[in-house]
Amino acid sequence: MRWIWIDRFVEFEKGSHAKAIKNVSLAEEHLHDHFPGFPVMPGSLMLEGMAQTGGILLGDVHDFERAVILAKVPKVSYHGWVVPGDTLTYSATLANVSEEGGLVSCTAHVGERLVAEAEIVFAHVNADSGNGAIDQKSFVFSMRLLGVMDVGKAGTGTK
Amino acid sequence: MPTRDEIFSKVQATLVDALGVDDEDVTESARLSADLGAESIDFLDIVFRLEKNFATKIPRGELFPENFAAAGTAYVANGMVTEEGLKELKVRMPHADIDGFAKNPKVENLQELFTVGMIVNFLQRKLG
Repeated sequence: MRWIWIDRFVEFEKGSHAKAIKNVSLAEEHLHDHFPGFPVMPGSLMLEGMAQTGGILLGDVHDFERAVILAKVPKVSYHGWVVPGDTLTYSATLANVSEEGGLVSCTAHVGERLVAEAEIVFAHVNADSGNGAIDQKSFVFSMRLLGVMDVGKAGTGTK
Repeated sequence: MPTRDEIFSKVQATLVDALGVDDEDVTESARLSADLGAESIDFLDIVFRLEKNFATKIPRGELFPENFAAAGTAYVANGMVTEEGLKELKVRMPHADIDGFAKNPKVENLQELFTVGMIVNFLQRKLG
């Protein structure tokens, strides 16, 4: 399994906001354990989806030259179940960005229904900080993630 | 220009959001780390929220100076901040109670400077 919890971006405005979708399928093994006979998308993975949407939005600000790591989730709340067959739409808005990191506000909707919302703080890690920082650019662009960046609406208004 | 009380209430609300503490815990004398449980990444979160709530920009290191006690400077000797270090602190942190700190200037006590009142002082100077 690859740790990619968004299927595709559908909107991407550089330095502003982004929307990604995630289709929930009963083919996902973990749904059979969460829970047996009652498959629902785990809240932690919705948070991961929001973090990936927001993290790529922030990484793009510096053209993925800086390593972006999830540092803190000051707030997260869940409002309803998400079940197989649902399409989650993750929306991320860049609330603040600085040399040190960024703050992103995120929501998750199924249709019009708000199912989760979160604030996420990311930190920039220097490649020379000795923390084993990963190469962000190759992470995003080699892990077959490139396809998720084929967005419906890019910053220029073109595909 | 906002009054000190107005600044304090907004700082209080900011810290309640950033640190998940109760209103009554956030007093002027409360220390961010020792009393409110702030960890390193929380300082970044606090700066982000202050910028938003006060519609201002806080450049890196202005509110919370970094690397002050780094090795190889004349600011620290034998685990204590030197006279020269105290002078430098006054320049870098005019919003903090350096005179209070000078009574027992152990490096480990530097964190004690980071109080709620210090943030209020900082914003009062900045917005004034």
